[in-house]
Amino acid sequence: MSDGVRLIDVKEEIHADNALVARELRTRLAEKGAFLLNLMSSPGSGKTQIILKTIEALRGRYRLGVLEADIDSKVDAELIAARGISAVQLRTGGFCHLDASMVAKGLAALDLDALDVVIIENVGNLVCPAEFDTGANKNVMILSVPEGDDKPLKYPLMFTVSDVLLVNKIDYLALSDFDLDALRQRVLRLNPRIQIFEVSAKTGQGMDAWTEWLRAEVGRLVG
Amino acid sequence: MHELQITERILSVVLKHATGQNVSRIIRIHLRVGELSDLEDEWIQHYFDYLSRGTMAENALLAITRAPIVLRCDSCACSFEVARGGLGDATCPQCAERRLELVSGSGYFIENMEVM
Repeated sequence: MSDGVRLIDVKEEIHADNALVARELRTRLAEKGAFLLNLMSSPGSGKTQIILKTIEALRGRYRLGVLEADIDSKVDAELIAARGISAVQLRTGGFCHLDASMVAKGLAALDLDALDVVIIENVGNLVCPAEFDTGANKNVMILSVPEGDDKPLKYPLMFTVSDVLLVNKIDYLALSDFDLDALRQRVLRLNPRIQIFEVSAKTGQGMDAWTEWLRAEVGRLVG
Repeated sequence: MHELQITERILSVVLKHATGQNVSRIIRIHLRVGELSDLEDEWIQHYFDYLSRGTMAENALLAITRAPIVLRCDSCACSFEVARGGLGDATCPQCAERRLELVSGSGYFIENMEVM
């Protein structure tokens, strides 16, 4: 090192602030008795359809809200609000993901005392949302059959941070060379604890197993 | 894609640590990035150059090293490194167990910085 140059230790994790906000958010949600689900996927994987069908399955028992993160559209929130569910559209202004403070801001627009479950529809991509803890109780990702069974090899982080993988559009299986066994093997090697459900939001196939899992998880937290 | 936000955080953290330390200029920042992070070094530097204009970190170089992906075996608890491409077929080198837990490999850690 040349004269006059010295070293300052920093030793700081860039995501430390976000992790702190996420932890605080989880504490606040626990106090309010609300369960927060973070749903992540590529665009076009059927995220909104999955949310609509999940709402239908849970609404008799729980009061639901939805936080929609869309880069620049109000379509999804309107679809959900049309079913009488509280929906807040978070415009991320071009951001590729949600972080815990953005989620906290969105939740402030919902009445948490009157809700049991809030579903976050994260921004559609398999890269950036994986990096940011949103404060959710569970992370769920969707991979749809037309996207291909090789995605765990391309986007490993997303598969390692998810508690559940929903393999959606299994009604397309017959039309594709998607290999479910190969997918399972790849995913379980990345994350042996992940729960995998094969579903079709369109036909309803497999949706009961998924919504039962969710009901059990919500029940554990909310009662 | 999320390089911009990460870079903003890097800048704010280094400026915070430089404040009150009699620093006139930050020359180099040593950053450790997890092998699992999909982030382009070149873009972080581009964003950093743009964001740091007019601050004491202007013209600072980001020296980025990759932190390895580390797994821990569920069965014998030994820890070992794997390459990103090998993550999907990793087995424990000690006991061949396939149930493995990810210990590290993501995140962004600022080690230190060279200043004047």
